[in-house]
Amino acid sequence: MALPAGSLLELTPQGLYCPAAGAWIDPQQPVPRALITHAHADHARPGCGEYWAIGASETILRQRLGATINLIPVDYGALHRIGDARVSFHSAGHVLGSAQIRLEAGGESWLVSGDYKRCADPSCTPFAPVTADVFITEATFGLPIYRWQSGATVAGEILSWWQAAPERPSLLFAYAFGKAQRLLAELAAIGVAEEVLLHGAVEALMPAYREAGVVLPPTRAVSALAKGESLAGRLVIAPPSAHRSVWMKRFKQPQTAFVSGWMAVRGARRRRGYERGFVLSDHADWPGLIRSVKQSGARQVYVTHGNSDGLARYLREVEGLSAAPLAGQGGP
Amino acid sequence: MRRFAALYSALDASSGTTAKVGALAAYFDDTDAADAAWALHVLLGKQGKRLITGRRLREICLADSSLPEWLFDDCYAQVGDSAETIALLWRQLQPEAPAAPGGRDGHGNGERQETLAAEPLHRWLEELLPAAAALEGEAQAEAVRELWLGLSANELLVANKLLTGGLRVGVGPGLVLRALAQLSGLETALLQHRLMGGFSPSPQAYRHLLAPANQTEAVPSRPYPFFLASPLEDLPPGAAEDWLAEWKFDGIRGQLIRRAGQAFLWSRGEELINGAFPELIAAAACLPEGTVLDGEVLVWPQGSDRPAPFGQLQRRLGRKAPGRALLAACPAAFVAYDLLEWQGDDWRQRPLRQRRAALESLISELQQATPTPAAGLLRLSPRLPLTAWDQLEPLRQQAAAAAAEGLMLKDLDSPYRAGRRRGAWWKHKRDPYTLDAVLLYAQAGSGRRANLFTDYSFGLWDGDGRLVTFAKAYSGLDDGEITALDRWIRQHTTERFGPVRAVEPLQVFELAFEGLQQSPRHKSGLAVRFPRIRRWRHDKPAQEADTLATALALLERGPC
Repeated sequence: MALPAGSLLELTPQGLYCPAAGAWIDPQQPVPRALITHAHADHARPGCGEYWAIGASETILRQRLGATINLIPVDYGALHRIGDARVSFHSAGHVLGSAQIRLEAGGESWLVSGDYKRCADPSCTPFAPVTADVFITEATFGLPIYRWQSGATVAGEILSWWQAAPERPSLLFAYAFGKAQRLLAELAAIGVAEEVLLHGAVEALMPAYREAGVVLPPTRAVSALAKGESLAGRLVIAPPSAHRSVWMKRFKQPQTAFVSGWMAVRGARRRRGYERGFVLSDHADWPGLIRSVKQSGARQVYVTHGNSDGLARYLREVEGLSAAPLAGQGGP
Repeated sequence: MRRFAALYSALDASSGTTAKVGALAAYFDDTDAADAAWALHVLLGKQGKRLITGRRLREICLADSSLPEWLFDDCYAQVGDSAETIALLWRQLQPEAPAAPGGRDGHGNGERQETLAAEPLHRWLEELLPAAAALEGEAQAEAVRELWLGLSANELLVANKLLTGGLRVGVGPGLVLRALAQLSGLETALLQHRLMGGFSPSPQAYRHLLAPANQTEAVPSRPYPFFLASPLEDLPPGAAEDWLAEWKFDGIRGQLIRRAGQAFLWSRGEELINGAFPELIAAAACLPEGTVLDGEVLVWPQGSDRPAPFGQLQRRLGRKAPGRALLAACPAAFVAYDLLEWQGDDWRQRPLRQRRAALESLISELQQATPTPAAGLLRLSPRLPLTAWDQLEPLRQQAAAAAAEGLMLKDLDSPYRAGRRRGAWWKHKRDPYTLDAVLLYAQAGSGRRANLFTDYSFGLWDGDGRLVTFAKAYSGLDDGEITALDRWIRQHTTERFGPVRAVEPLQVFELAFEGLQQSPRHKSGLAVRFPRIRRWRHDKPAQEADTLATALALLERGPC
């Protein structure tokens, strides 16, 4: 459904718009002023006049959108006056530099979650609960079948999977920005100090994380290996797009696994053709979504991305909240 | 049970057959006969009986929870498997336990409670699961929750699948037997033979299966493993005269055994079907002692020169004791095409030439010596004239007129082998019937197709310009097309009926099918056999799709 007329935020063809601030949040098309929740490609797009984003995401945003973009770096929790609105960015715990954005004007406050998670993640700051009158939450994993284990538990599983195959390369597929670095940080946190090999797309993101002081094991690009160097027993992290690509041919008889929240469901893993699936997500699981909605204290909740219909209905019928799906925000 | 669950996930995680056989062999090597017997039973897909319905498990899972039924349905749509949905939700509904840091057990339940998972598989299957199934109401719920207590996600899934009797592991009997052959040093054909006629999951039966080769005692009812044909791709090697051409009949494969003064009829699914076909059992009494025939069970009206369509045979299948009226309306016949045992000797290693000659004289002597109506039910599969390869195609074209699905080609010098082995037996089907139909409804698939719209219903135009549903099809599109169609369906849904979506009637598909029959049970009045998608007709507008009248014309063109 659309937002009520005259609200603090409205839906425009470019995306969520705040007339008081004259700004769009994660616009899908070029606009004069964009407030960016995080640097993933479906949230940060090129061509905008002015970008507001967390300082920790600056390196990656410039890398992805162009070095010369007009970027205003902000800190978590700091209050800014943009137009007639008061705007603040709060940690979302999704990836390095990710934020929830809170807007306030005319005596009303709205909180846009962006993507977020509630589990601890050694590669970024934790989710900071914030209250607002209206909360717009994501619902990527908005079904009760999704409930995450701690990153340390999954890192332990990955470590035993890797160590059980000393004669084969172990190829771990994970999103290049965020998930891959979290994996490395989780492995470092359980004591892995061995060098991990990276696909070029993953390697490109490493400087930003090292700059931010995230504790990581040593890494090297696969392309930097000497010709004929043995790959047996090595752990390699690559983006899913490299699965079954020409790039993968150099690995003889690899064991493969995909790291994603979707791997919680057996059919999803089999459909993608991976041998193993490790369940690790940078989005909130079902209990995390419910908890965040409650903590926001919002009198009205809008749900976007993923199972927005289902989560909204659950919030209404079981939790007794005023909730509705928000159309036109990339959901199905 | 924990070890069996681990085998299940190892098989699930390996893609190569070598790895799967290795995992199976390692499991059986390290498992006592009582558990191995049950594991084999389950792996062979013989755990037929459902102990508890998926619906009941779901009820037990959701009881005392705040999760509404509709949300369970949404979860099921995402997962595509009810045992797995319940396994995932049950974990969700348990109070959060502190995660064990760096834990290797991988399921984050912290301190593992001592659970029934440690109990051996045979105890689960012989005792725990049937005991829970026998209870009712709250007592049953309590028993099931006790089974679930402290199980990991994977163990929960396996436990639920054992309860609902739907455990599919993704390894066929062939791979299981290969692992056992590797372990025992016996040939897979011998294992296959010993398994024919059923396997009861007892330690004795398991030890007997793997006993050294000379210790097998004869069992009169035991059939031979069937030899299966492969689809013909190129012309077979050698001269056409060295090949036997026969019709490929559209019935069910059968093995008729006459031993120890008794008769047995087995289906290819290794089921004894004596009860369903009493007239064939009576006819087998005319056969000499120690005879085993391979052939086709068909419905063949008296005086007709061709068998009845498959639908007639279907009325006879699954009947334990058919009534007199049905026996008269759908009389069965056994069309013999091979002789596997003669005078008590196993003839399978002899060349087909010799087996066929003996079969021909057996049947003709039978018709002359005992010209009873009973003996007349044992027919010989006619040898079709084939002396040069250019006669093959014209022969195939006649298949529809003979009410056959196509041709069989068999190497006259080949032995009778076991299972589907390429090279000696080929099936050469006639071209399927085809119609262009319009996509009307779609439903999400299950398993690896969960959450993708892959089950489609198609319609044809009737005389009044309306589309009438006439067939469902699930296969024929490649992964790319499935994904594209899935997206299209989501964007062009006009109505939802639970899991089913009605779509705008715009997309045309060429459907292929093997047969067409009148059926009062279908809206269109037609039932199709083996419908599948042959092509996505992007080039064809819906208005140009075929009509029911075209389909009826196919029906009249000849029996099919």
